[in-house]
Amino acid sequence: MTDGIRPLTVSAPVLRMRGITKRFPGVLANDRIDLDLYRGEVLALLGENGAGKSTLMNVLAGLYRPDAGTILLGETHVEIDSPRDAAELGIGMVHQNFMLVPTMTVAQNIVLGMPDLPIVPDLEEIHRQIEALSNRYGLLVDPQAYIWQLSVGEQQRVEILKLLYRGADILILDEPTAVLTPQEIEELGHVLAAVQAEGKSIIFITHKMGEVIAFSDRVCVLRQGRVVATKRTAETNPRELARLMVGREVLFQIEKAPADPGETLLVLRHVCADNDKGLPALRQLSLVVRRGEILGIAGVAGNGQRELAEVITGLRDIKTGEILINGRDRTSSSPLQMIESGVGHIPADRMGMGTVGNMAVADNLAMKSYRSPPLAEYGILRREKILRFARSLIEAFGISTPTPQTPVKFLSGGNIQKTILAREIDACASLLVAVYPSRGLDVGATEAVRRRLLEQRDAGRAVLLISEDLDELLTVADRIAVLYEGRVMGIVPTASADVETVGLLMSGSEAAELDGVTSAPSTVGAF
Amino acid sequence: MPFKFRKRESVSRKAVLLVPLLSFAVSLLFGAIMLILSGADPVVTYLAMFGGAFGSTHGLSEVLVKSIPLILTGLSVAIAFRMRFWNIGAEGQLTMGAVAATGAALFWSQGWPSWTIMPLSIAAGCIAGGLWAGVPAILKATLNVDETLTTLMLNYVAVLYSEHLYYVTWRAPGRNSGTERIPQVAWLSRFLGRAHTGIFFGLALALVLWLIFRYTRWGFELKIIGSNATAARYMGINIARNIILTLLISGAISGLAGAVEVLGLTRSLQQGISVGYGYTAIIIAWMAQLDPLGVIFVAFLMAALLVGGDQIQMRMRLPASVGIVLQAMLLIPMLAGGLFRDYSLHWERPPKTDGVAGSMQADGMEAGGAED
Repeated sequence: MTDGIRPLTVSAPVLRMRGITKRFPGVLANDRIDLDLYRGEVLALLGENGAGKSTLMNVLAGLYRPDAGTILLGETHVEIDSPRDAAELGIGMVHQNFMLVPTMTVAQNIVLGMPDLPIVPDLEEIHRQIEALSNRYGLLVDPQAYIWQLSVGEQQRVEILKLLYRGADILILDEPTAVLTPQEIEELGHVLAAVQAEGKSIIFITHKMGEVIAFSDRVCVLRQGRVVATKRTAETNPRELARLMVGREVLFQIEKAPADPGETLLVLRHVCADNDKGLPALRQLSLVVRRGEILGIAGVAGNGQRELAEVITGLRDIKTGEILINGRDRTSSSPLQMIESGVGHIPADRMGMGTVGNMAVADNLAMKSYRSPPLAEYGILRREKILRFARSLIEAFGISTPTPQTPVKFLSGGNIQKTILAREIDACASLLVAVYPSRGLDVGATEAVRRRLLEQRDAGRAVLLISEDLDELLTVADRIAVLYEGRVMGIVPTASADVETVGLLMSGSEAAELDGVTSAPSTVGAF
Repeated sequence: MPFKFRKRESVSRKAVLLVPLLSFAVSLLFGAIMLILSGADPVVTYLAMFGGAFGSTHGLSEVLVKSIPLILTGLSVAIAFRMRFWNIGAEGQLTMGAVAATGAALFWSQGWPSWTIMPLSIAAGCIAGGLWAGVPAILKATLNVDETLTTLMLNYVAVLYSEHLYYVTWRAPGRNSGTERIPQVAWLSRFLGRAHTGIFFGLALALVLWLIFRYTRWGFELKIIGSNATAARYMGINIARNIILTLLISGAISGLAGAVEVLGLTRSLQQGISVGYGYTAIIIAWMAQLDPLGVIFVAFLMAALLVGGDQIQMRMRLPASVGIVLQAMLLIPMLAGGLFRDYSLHWERPPKTDGVAGSMQADGMEAGGAED
C-alpha cells in the first residue's frame, strides 16, 4: 500500500522513504512510515499536531537520525546525518521559525555556510545570481537589503531563495502559510507553481485543508506517527481529509449563538507603546471590548499584536494613552494588578511564557491561584488542595497527562495549550486575552479551544482574540479589528466581513476606501 | 560520531546513586596518575588522606571546623542560584560578616548587657553580609547590572577592607596583625577540639530552607523564577522584589558564616578569615544540585577532602601544591559526572541497510513490518 496512487506521469519516484521509525522518550513519533515523492510534484503532508510530520521531515533534512528505515534518492541509498548532507543531496527545508541572521543582508544569508564559498566572495556576482533567481521564480526581494528590514513574508522568500540558490531539487516547507496574509499566500502559490514547473519537487507540511486543495498534487495524511492515507488531491475533498486526519467526523462550523454584548469592559484610548527594540509598536491605538462579545484582532504577525496583548496584561508599559477595565483606570498596572482585575491571558509563546516546562502540570495549573486560599494559607502551600484543584481542571478541560505530577513539557502541544486555557479561564473573572490560541493545534484541540472562548463570551466575559487565522476570526469573533503597523485600520462586524476586505485592511488599506467598514476612531468615539 | 548524548527523560534512581560513585572512582584514578607522576604511591597517599580526615579526633574535628563555613556559604550560594542569580560573592559576604561581628563584639556593644553581645555580633554579621549582597541585587533589579561582575568585585573590596582593619585600624597593640580577642561572653562553645556550635546554625538553616523551598508560596515563586523568568513575570510574580529579598537572605547566610568563624574559631579578626570558602561554596552548591540538605553532605565531604589534602603534605612530605592539585583532580570528574545524571551516552550503530532494501522491490509490501 506504499503506493496505490501514481502521479500523472508514470516514472520512478525521486525520493523513497521506507519504514522510517523515530522514537522520542515516551513517544513513537514516526512508526514505519513510507513516503514517495515524484519529480515535479507538490506533496502535502497533512496531519494534526504530534502526528509526526515535522519529525519525518527533520529526518529527511538531516536533523534527526531515524531509529530504523531507509531513504533512497533515485536508486541510491543515502545516509543523511546533517543538514549539510541533505544540502549536498539537493534536499532543503524552510523551517517554521526562519534560520536567518537579522544583521546580515539577504545575499550574505543566502551564501552563509556554503561549503565551497571562496574566502572573499564576489558579492556583485552573487547579487546578480540572486536577482536572476528572484525573477525566475517570482520571489521578489532585494539581495542587498538587511534581513531585519524585511517583513516575515519577505524573509520566507529569502529562505526559499536560499534553497534554490544551493540547487535544491527537493524543497520542504514547514507550515509556510502560518505567517502570511491571504494575498501573500496566493503569491506563494505562484512561486510553488514556478518551482514545480522546473521539475523540482516540494513537500509542504500543513494542517489546513484549504491549502492542501489549492496547492498540492498529492496528499499524504499522517495520524499518530503512521501514514493513514495517500491520495491524489483531485480525488479527495476537505471533509474526507479532515476525517482521515482526526480519525472521526469533524464539524467545520461551530454553532454560535448571536452575541449579546453588555457593558463596556475594556477601553484603550490612544495607546502608544514601544516594542522590545524601542521602536513604536502601538500608535494611538484605541479600541473597546464589551462583556459578552469576542473582539477579534486580525493582522499580519508583527504589526503590534504581541505588544497589544502585553499592554493589556500589564507586561508592557505604555508611553501615552489610558487603559480602563471595568471603568477603572488600569493604566501602568503591574501584571499582578491586571491578574487581580480579572484579566486572563493565553500567551502566544506557550513554552516560553505560558508554562514552566520542568514543573508539574498541577503546579502549572496553580500558578495563577496559588496566592490565596484554598491553595495557600499563611504563605504555606496546601499541596493536597493544589492536587485536588489540578485534578478537577484536568478533568474539566480534558487534559491528557499521565499524572498531575508529570512535568508539563512532556505533554503534547494541544495538552499544553489546554493546561494554559484551564488555568486562565479558571483565574479570569472578566477579560480573556487569547493570542494565537489555536496556532499549531490539531483540528480536535482547535475546536476545543474555540468552544471554550465562545463559552467565556456566553458567560458574560469579554474576549480579545488575536489570531492570524482569518477563518478562525470569521468563525469565532463577533467583530474584527484589523491591526496594521500598530494602528487599528478598521473594525468589521463578522456578519458582514469577507476575507477580501479584511485582507486589504491587513495590508494597510484605509478603511475609508472600503465599503461597510468602520474606521476605528469613530467607533471608539461613541464611548 | 557514533557516540551521542541523550537527555534523560527522567533522572533515574540508579543514575543518582551510580554516577557519583563512578565519578569518584574516576577521580581516584586521575589522582593516582598525578601522584605516580610526582613519585608518590597512590594507595599509601589515599590512605593517608583518609586517615588524616577521619583517622583521629583531631582530623575529624578539623573536618567539622571546615564544614561549618562551607555548609553556610554553600546554602547561601544555593539559594541565590536557585533563582539564577549568580552570586559568586559569598567570600566577600563572609568577610564582611566577620568584620561586622568582630566590630560588634569589640567596639559597638559598649554599654550593652554582656549577654546581648553574642546575638548582636551574629546579627551584625548577618546584616553586613546581607547588605554586601544587597548592593548587587539592587543594581541587578533596577538597572539590570550583571551580578557576576558586581558580586565578584565586591569580594576584593571586602577582603582588602578587612585586611586594612586588622593590619591598621583595629590592630591590637603589640601584634603585627589581628584585632584584640573578642570578649569571652561572645564565644561560641566548642566540642571535640576546635569544632564549635556554629555547626547547628548550618544544620538548622539547611532544614529551614529545605522546608521553605518545598512547602511555601515563596519557595514556589523562587522555583518559577529560576525555571523561567518570563513565565514568572507573566504569572504576576514581582521578580525585582524577589531578587532583592533572596539576595539579602543569601548574603545574610554568608555573613553568618563569617560571624561564626570569628565567634567560634578565631575569636578575633585576623589573617585566615578569607581562605576561599566562598568560592568552594559554588562547587558545593552545584554538586548538591542546589538542594539544602545535599549541601550539608557535600560540604562535609569537601571539608574532608581539604583536611585530608593538608594532611598528606605533612605526612607524605609532598609539596603543598601536590595536595592542591590532587584536590582539583578529584573534583573535576565529580563535577563532570553531573552531566551523566541528566544525559545518557549512547553508542549508535549505523542502521542495517540490507534486508529493508530488498523488501523495497516488492511494491506494496509494508517495509520493516516484521521487525517489531
